[in-house]
Amino acid sequence: MELNANNENEVLVKPPISSVGVIGWIKGNLFSSPFNTILTIIIVSILWFSILPFLNWALIDSSWLPDANCRESGGACWSIISSNYKIILFGFYPQDILWRPITAIVMLVSLLCISRNRNYWNAFLGYSWLISLIIMGILLKGGILGLEPVDIERWGGIILTLLLSVFGLTAAYPLGIILALGRQSEMPVIKTFCIFYIELIRGVPLISLLFMSSVVFPLFLPEGVSINAILRAQVAIIMFTAAYVAEVVRGGLQGMNKGQFEAADSIGLNYFQTMRLIILPQALKIVIPPSVSVLISAFKDTSLVVIIGLYDLLKTTQTTLSEPKWMGFSAEAYIFIALIYFVCCFFMSNYSRKLEKELDTGL
Amino acid sequence: MNKVINNKSSETISFWYDPDKRSIFYQIGAACLFAFVAWYLISNTMANLERQSIATGFGFLNKEAAFEIGESLIEYSAADRYARALSVGFLNTLLVSFIGILLTVVLGTFIGVARLSKNWLINKCAAGYIELFQDIPVLLQLFFWYAFFYEMLPSPREALSPFTGLFLCNRGLIFGIPQAHPVYKYMLIAILIAVIVTFLLKKWAKKRQDLTGKAFPVFYTSIALILGLPFASWLIGGAPTEMSIPVLKGFNFKGGLTISPEFAALLLGLVLYTAAFVAEVVRAGIQAVSKGQTEAAMAIGLKPGQLLNLIILPQALRVIIPPLTSQMLNLTKNSSLAVAIGYPDFVSVAGTAINQTGQAIEGVMLIMIVYLIFSLSTSAFMNWYNKKMAIVER
Repeated sequence: MELNANNENEVLVKPPISSVGVIGWIKGNLFSSPFNTILTIIIVSILWFSILPFLNWALIDSSWLPDANCRESGGACWSIISSNYKIILFGFYPQDILWRPITAIVMLVSLLCISRNRNYWNAFLGYSWLISLIIMGILLKGGILGLEPVDIERWGGIILTLLLSVFGLTAAYPLGIILALGRQSEMPVIKTFCIFYIELIRGVPLISLLFMSSVVFPLFLPEGVSINAILRAQVAIIMFTAAYVAEVVRGGLQGMNKGQFEAADSIGLNYFQTMRLIILPQALKIVIPPSVSVLISAFKDTSLVVIIGLYDLLKTTQTTLSEPKWMGFSAEAYIFIALIYFVCCFFMSNYSRKLEKELDTGL
Repeated sequence: MNKVINNKSSETISFWYDPDKRSIFYQIGAACLFAFVAWYLISNTMANLERQSIATGFGFLNKEAAFEIGESLIEYSAADRYARALSVGFLNTLLVSFIGILLTVVLGTFIGVARLSKNWLINKCAAGYIELFQDIPVLLQLFFWYAFFYEMLPSPREALSPFTGLFLCNRGLIFGIPQAHPVYKYMLIAILIAVIVTFLLKKWAKKRQDLTGKAFPVFYTSIALILGLPFASWLIGGAPTEMSIPVLKGFNFKGGLTISPEFAALLLGLVLYTAAFVAEVVRAGIQAVSKGQTEAAMAIGLKPGQLLNLIILPQALRVIIPPLTSQMLNLTKNSSLAVAIGYPDFVSVAGTAINQTGQAIEGVMLIMIVYLIFSLSTSAFMNWYNKKMAIVER
């Protein structure tokens, strides 16, 4: 009987209104102690006094149309973007055939979106990547199928940024794997070469390699041979990224159980079979999340080619800013390309976190 | 018996199937390939240098540099030699890295702790900061801050002055400093002495505690020493209070200390970018110490200060220090981006030297050597630290 009464009481008594719902959440998360209350008030006031003027500048007082007169309005001048977006995004690519790079980028982005889902990872996807990359190359370069040829020197803006990062990583990955295997190898000469290379590259800033590609590399070539600047920068980025990939892959190799090597030996596989069939498939799976981090930094690092004068996204923006008409609107232009970089990197890092969670449950 | 079998089997293995011999063959092949490529490149380079009549060797270091450098920690003029110009650049790199690392560690720790705050707003602000600054290329951030100083700040005449003695304008950040006086040199020496005494005191106190069990208030004594000694020397030196306050004269400020827009933009960009990574490192380090450790320490009656010093920090730092050092190294390497905004760091000065002399190989080599020295000494420190800190399994 008494038990019953107790149960009834439990049903009847609701938690106090101050500990559930919106009020409870606010109390628990924002005003849980005097110290927290003070912090919350300080942060809210800082946000209030910085975000509001910013929104006012960026959205309300701003001018958006290409022909707006920016100098008179007090707000942001997004006209710099709307009048120059072709130059900023595509550099000096001929403006009447912009559908070609746009198609190529759409293809790349949709492939990336499909590849996000690990269920689709199979041979077919691999082949479609290969074919699409070739189609993208044809679209950008032209010269066959009646497409007007476009010199590589004229590729600029986001095309160059994507070219440098996508090819940079696809070429750097196999090279990095070879370097990592070399570093783990038992042959002292090969091991020394690989360690020397990896530590040398990781010890110097990318800019020194880019300097090397722009001023030293031409000296390496025999007389009369020259390689264009974009390709040279691409080689520098590949060499740089490969060293970082190698360290990431080495982490995966070291994480391998010794039993895996012994089992492979005992069924009579040779070195290459062991690596290709047993070790690498497992090791590479472990290192997918850190590889995405390497991809993110490679993507961000392509912006450094501006220092050796290539027209990537950053350089085309600066070219626009150097026109007298648009001088003084750096904030708007930089915020715009920062947004592009942010969106790309944000999706990649989100993906890396998602993968980490998925793969965590595996072994 | 075993030996016999081994001998027999090695006889039956043909040359190409013996892993040892094959590995020697591979290695000789790799070395030959390397030697061939090196020879090819070097012979091409030699021919090219001769044809373009570019000098080789480091003789250019002794020639007159003939270019001005905007900022310098040591005396420098265009009449000085390249070697001196390069050391100016080297010191500038050191300066920006050193200040940058100090500020980054402070800001990064702050944000990392904020990221773990129970206050939802602070937590989310820290998370937003980390995501935002990690995902924008550092070079773009540098350009932004550079434009901020040159375009968005007013001219010296309309300089912003949040409080007396501090001015913010497109000539940089200008603030008042104490007028030069010999006593400040003595104060610096006093601080050094205080640090050394504190270090010895800590050692002695630990030894005494190990022997007798008596604790010594090292923390308060050292605070008193480090603050007290310089203050005492300031008082003895005559307590000078004269300040050098910047005053607007013509188009620029006179007096005070000026931080150039280039330096300020570089520092701001590097610190804000790297702090986002350091914050993640700090957060991971703190989370790595399990809650049971705190509870156990409280159960045996440690005070909050002891809890932090004896239990939490030693364990968290073991996780934090290695990635933190690599972030510091990253900051130092990223400081080479100074060349893009015109701050005369080592890479920038070496770049000018390359342009003037045409000796690209030597110039790039110097850049690489300088940064290799930084990173090799850092990794030497890391190896030493890891050995010292490695958990001794019992």
